Amino acid sequence: MRVLLIDDEKELVSTLAERLSFRGIEADWVTSGKAALEKAAVTAYDIAVVDIKMPRIGGIELKRMMASEHPHMKFIFITGHGSEEDFKTASEEAGKEYYLVKPVDIEELTQKLRQVMGTQGGTA
Amino acid sequence: MSLFRKLKPDFWDYQDIGAGPHEKLFDFRRMWKLTVFLTVSVALIPLIILAVVDYHVTQGSVASENLLRTARLVSNARRSMFYFFEERRAALDFIVRQNSFASLNQPGALARILKNLKESFSGFTDLGLVDPLGYQRVYAGPFDLLGVDYSLQDWYREVCKKNIYISDVFLGFRQIPHMVLAVKRNLPNGSFYVLRATLETRQFEDLLSGLEMAGKGDAFLINRHGTLQTPSRYHGKTLDKLSLPVPHYASKTRVFEATENKGVPIIIGYRYIADTPFILMVVKQKQILMEAWQKTRIEILFFLGVSIVIILGVVIWMATYLVNKIYAADQARIATLHQVEYSNKMASIGRLAAGVAHEINNPLAIINEKAGLIKDLFTFKKEYTGDEKLLGLVEAILSSVKRAGTITKRLLSFSRQSDIRIQSIELKELIEEVITFFEKEAEYRSIDISIEIEDSVPRIESDRGKLQEIFLNLFNNACSAMENGGRLAVHIGRKDHGHVLVKVADDGCGIPEEDLERIFEPFFSTKTKKGGTGLGLSLTANFVREMGGQITVASELGKGTTFTIALPVVMERKEGQNACEYS
Repeated sequence: MRVLLIDDEKELVSTLAERLSFRGIEADWVTSGKAALEKAAVTAYDIAVVDIKMPRIGGIELKRMMASEHPHMKFIFITGHGSEEDFKTASEEAGKEYYLVKPVDIEELTQKLRQVMGTQGGTA
Repeated sequence: MSLFRKLKPDFWDYQDIGAGPHEKLFDFRRMWKLTVFLTVSVALIPLIILAVVDYHVTQGSVASENLLRTARLVSNARRSMFYFFEERRAALDFIVRQNSFASLNQPGALARILKNLKESFSGFTDLGLVDPLGYQRVYAGPFDLLGVDYSLQDWYREVCKKNIYISDVFLGFRQIPHMVLAVKRNLPNGSFYVLRATLETRQFEDLLSGLEMAGKGDAFLINRHGTLQTPSRYHGKTLDKLSLPVPHYASKTRVFEATENKGVPIIIGYRYIADTPFILMVVKQKQILMEAWQKTRIEILFFLGVSIVIILGVVIWMATYLVNKIYAADQARIATLHQVEYSNKMASIGRLAAGVAHEINNPLAIINEKAGLIKDLFTFKKEYTGDEKLLGLVEAILSSVKRAGTITKRLLSFSRQSDIRIQSIELKELIEEVITFFEKEAEYRSIDISIEIEDSVPRIESDRGKLQEIFLNLFNNACSAMENGGRLAVHIGRKDHGHVLVKVADDGCGIPEEDLERIFEPFFSTKTKKGGTGLGLSLTANFVREMGGQITVASELGKGTTFTIALPVVMERKEGQNACEYS
């Protein structure tokens, strides 16, 4: 399972990547939407964990931009905005994507990643 | 007074504290008074002036008509009286001119003349011829008056002086009122003689009593000493002294108003009858003459009274109606203004909260991850394992981050309340969430907060923000009403199939009965001195109604207050309300 973490806070993504590696998930990280596009062009990722609110290219926009090039890529959105209730409602509207609220619980993220990969058929 | 209190319009005691320099613009009582005063003045002053003028003109014309009629009556009666005396005087004059003293002195001559006189002119009783020495030389009549000496009598002296004399009325031997008429005839030799006749007064008494008069009218003759010369209807018999004063001499007919000694107003008309001692008087009672006027007067006063009552009624009703409208419009204006102010405030607070939450969230996330990493290191790397104390510290950091995270989430959820968004809500969760805002205060003041929920209560479809605000307001009110150590109980139950029922009960100071009806009115507040705006409950009630619910209150002074809110299980979506809108 190839995971790409995208967030404008370098401290956050780098730490998240390191913590995921402890749990057996190898993740690359970048700090902008542009860098993510470049990285995705080189490596094929299964899942992107992306912050919805980022300077210039936001998470939702990034997903749209990647949709044609990487139609099989899954997305998990992270945001500091809104209550969980809102995300439940919003996620139903948005499709099969998942949302996580900052501060992210690492176990929950790990579980979600495995879950997404599981639904895909576990091609790790 | 209690009737006034009932009729008193709402604006009467209203005072706009915030009106400032434009206070007078919002003094509705003053506005009402001014409107009533001006309208009443404009309507009533001309009406009253007209009525007063009409009153006086009509009264004056009736009065002057009465005077005029009296004057005409006096004038006509005077003419009759004057001719009566003039006729008889002329007759005597004719006799003394036609007959010489000698021929009159012949026996039977005077008796014959008397007979003829009686036939031509009624009223003659006797005739006598008096010589210059005052002796009655010849007499024709029923009495034995031959040779009587008249030289010392007034009438004789008068007739010698004036050539003609008409006496006052006196009672003769027969006790019948009589008067004397005498003419003097100068002879060419310088001597003279006097022809004297006695007249009955019945003739002119009949003349006077035959006059038709309204208003208890009375016509009679008096002499210049005020003695009645003819009988009167209301002022005494012949030769009685008249109770009224003798009017001043005037050569023409005079009419004036006076009062009788009993205070009855009267109209007196009089005329001195020339060459006689008589004054013709007509006396009428003014009040009876003015009876026609009384009727007119009542009509005028009735018309005026009814008009005034109608005008006052209409003016007061109109003024009250209009000022009430202005007052209602003004109240609506203020309410809108305050609601806008309130929503603005809420929006600002929301934006601020969202900003703060966002800003805090990022460093919080970093702390979370860093602490998480430390924990991971302790868990996964062999060289770090086993240090329980450090692990404990990291756990503490993580749990604090979790708490801080809950707060930022809550702040964010409060910041989005502008639009009505209907979503599925677990009421108990929502209420617990709101209560967390009061947890600290409750802890410090040892207020016991309990939430009970019946099993049958379903999730409801409603607007989260509005519900939060409703309960926030209610809990806020309850907390200010309670003493330390109070008890706040929330009970969530089911009203019927379509509604849930939330009861918020406190054991605080309670609300006085007279205030209970008004607590949902905008700006009604018992906490104004403590910074209350009087908007909380009014907005709460508004929100509940917007959501299709109902709010009621029950309170007992000193025992506590219970607010009961009925909410529809599924809130109906109104036009213009967006469904889930994520931003």
